[in-house]
Amino acid sequence: MAGTDPIKQFDIVELFSFGTIGADAQGVGGFDLVFTNSALMMVVTVSLISGWLILTTRGRGLVPSRLQLVSEVSYEFIANMIRTSTGSEGMKFFPFVFSLFVFILISNMLGLFPYFISVSSQLIITVSLALLVMTIVIFYGVWKNGFKFLKIFVPSGIPLVVLIIVVPIEVLSFLSRPLSLSLRLFGNMLAGAIVVKVFAGFVVSLTAMGLVGIIGAILPMAMTVALTGLEVLVAALQAFVFTILTCVYLNDAIHPGH
Amino acid sequence: MAGDNSTPDVVVKTINESGEEVVVKIDGANSYGEQLQTSTKQVKEEKPFPPFDPSTFGPQLFWLAITFGVLYLLMSKIALPRIGEILEVRRDRIEGDLAEAERLRQKTEQAIENYEAELATARAQAHEIAEETRNDIKSELDEKHSEVEAELSKKLSIAEARIKETKSAALANVDEIASETLVSLISKLTGKISIKDARDIVKSVVKG
Repeated sequence: MAGTDPIKQFDIVELFSFGTIGADAQGVGGFDLVFTNSALMMVVTVSLISGWLILTTRGRGLVPSRLQLVSEVSYEFIANMIRTSTGSEGMKFFPFVFSLFVFILISNMLGLFPYFISVSSQLIITVSLALLVMTIVIFYGVWKNGFKFLKIFVPSGIPLVVLIIVVPIEVLSFLSRPLSLSLRLFGNMLAGAIVVKVFAGFVVSLTAMGLVGIIGAILPMAMTVALTGLEVLVAALQAFVFTILTCVYLNDAIHPGH
Repeated sequence: MAGDNSTPDVVVKTINESGEEVVVKIDGANSYGEQLQTSTKQVKEEKPFPPFDPSTFGPQLFWLAITFGVLYLLMSKIALPRIGEILEVRRDRIEGDLAEAERLRQKTEQAIENYEAELATARAQAHEIAEETRNDIKSELDEKHSEVEAELSKKLSIAEARIKETKSAALANVDEIASETLVSLISKLTGKISIKDARDIVKSVVKG
């Protein structure tokens, strides 16, 4: 019954290894360059995105073909998102935000295919991406604004007495940003995959019980189909949410002080 | 995945009858010399929820860094500048075409204006020429008219004079004829009458 275990789909399976680096003479320690199914999904994601964007724009058509139009629309979608949330100054982060969006979107979408693993349902991936965003926000904020970057904790136009309460809240909310950013994406993708797998598991278990089971499996089958549709929406929505929050945080780094 | 030399366990891998790999752990033993090369599949039972498994963090982070780095490079160096360029070229082209259309429109308007101005000038000129010609013709006509009239009146007066002359001559002749007729008449009736008397009679009759 391993086929119906809803947790098994998140297993990280080693496909092959490039060997170990940095191990001592006894072969202890060091770092294994194992290539896992999650690494494969990341490579597939990046290949798909790069292949699509580079190949469809190869013609540089003045009148875009349909495929080229998809690339252009995604470009303008992210470009507009950055412009509206951070102003034109934020456009220096455009390649980063764009990469982030397409990476999360495509890996979420690929995760919906059976036997494919969604890398955004791996905690380490979402945490890394969230920490990457926060690191860029903090470094850029300090580099650009210096000491004034601390103004993000001090909303303007608030009396001093209230500030004593507000500043700790602002600090706390800033610190919780990477947490909420990573857990939101991770939780949504994980829960979605589990729920779909549970219902699909019902179908498998019930059909093994003969004719009555097959009739009984109709409902979970319908649920699986419906939930898959919902998951497509969630996959796109979570990529969008992650990206727009990144833009909002970058805006804080560019224009500290509310 | 990565060997963890802080774990005091020795892990022995064997393959049992059914071909499955079995992991045997010996607590408290030293792990020197043993490579803890285990895959997640083999130690599934003792592992927590897979996404929380720290042994997968290292390789995943490693591959994330590589793949995301490659993606960022490809996007920032090739794909995005290219799409940006396509959009830029299109925007420029559309703006250029619009400007060209505007320029041509203005040119057309200018041409229409010029044409209308020329048309108005030509019309005015034509009108002037017509007026002039009409005046010329009129004056010429008037001149000829008066000339002809003058000639006619001259001829008329000559004719009138001639008529008067003829008339007086005729009238003189009438007297003469009357006198002669009288002479012949009287001579036939009574005898003799001189032509001189007859003329006097006729004169007195005509005058009377």
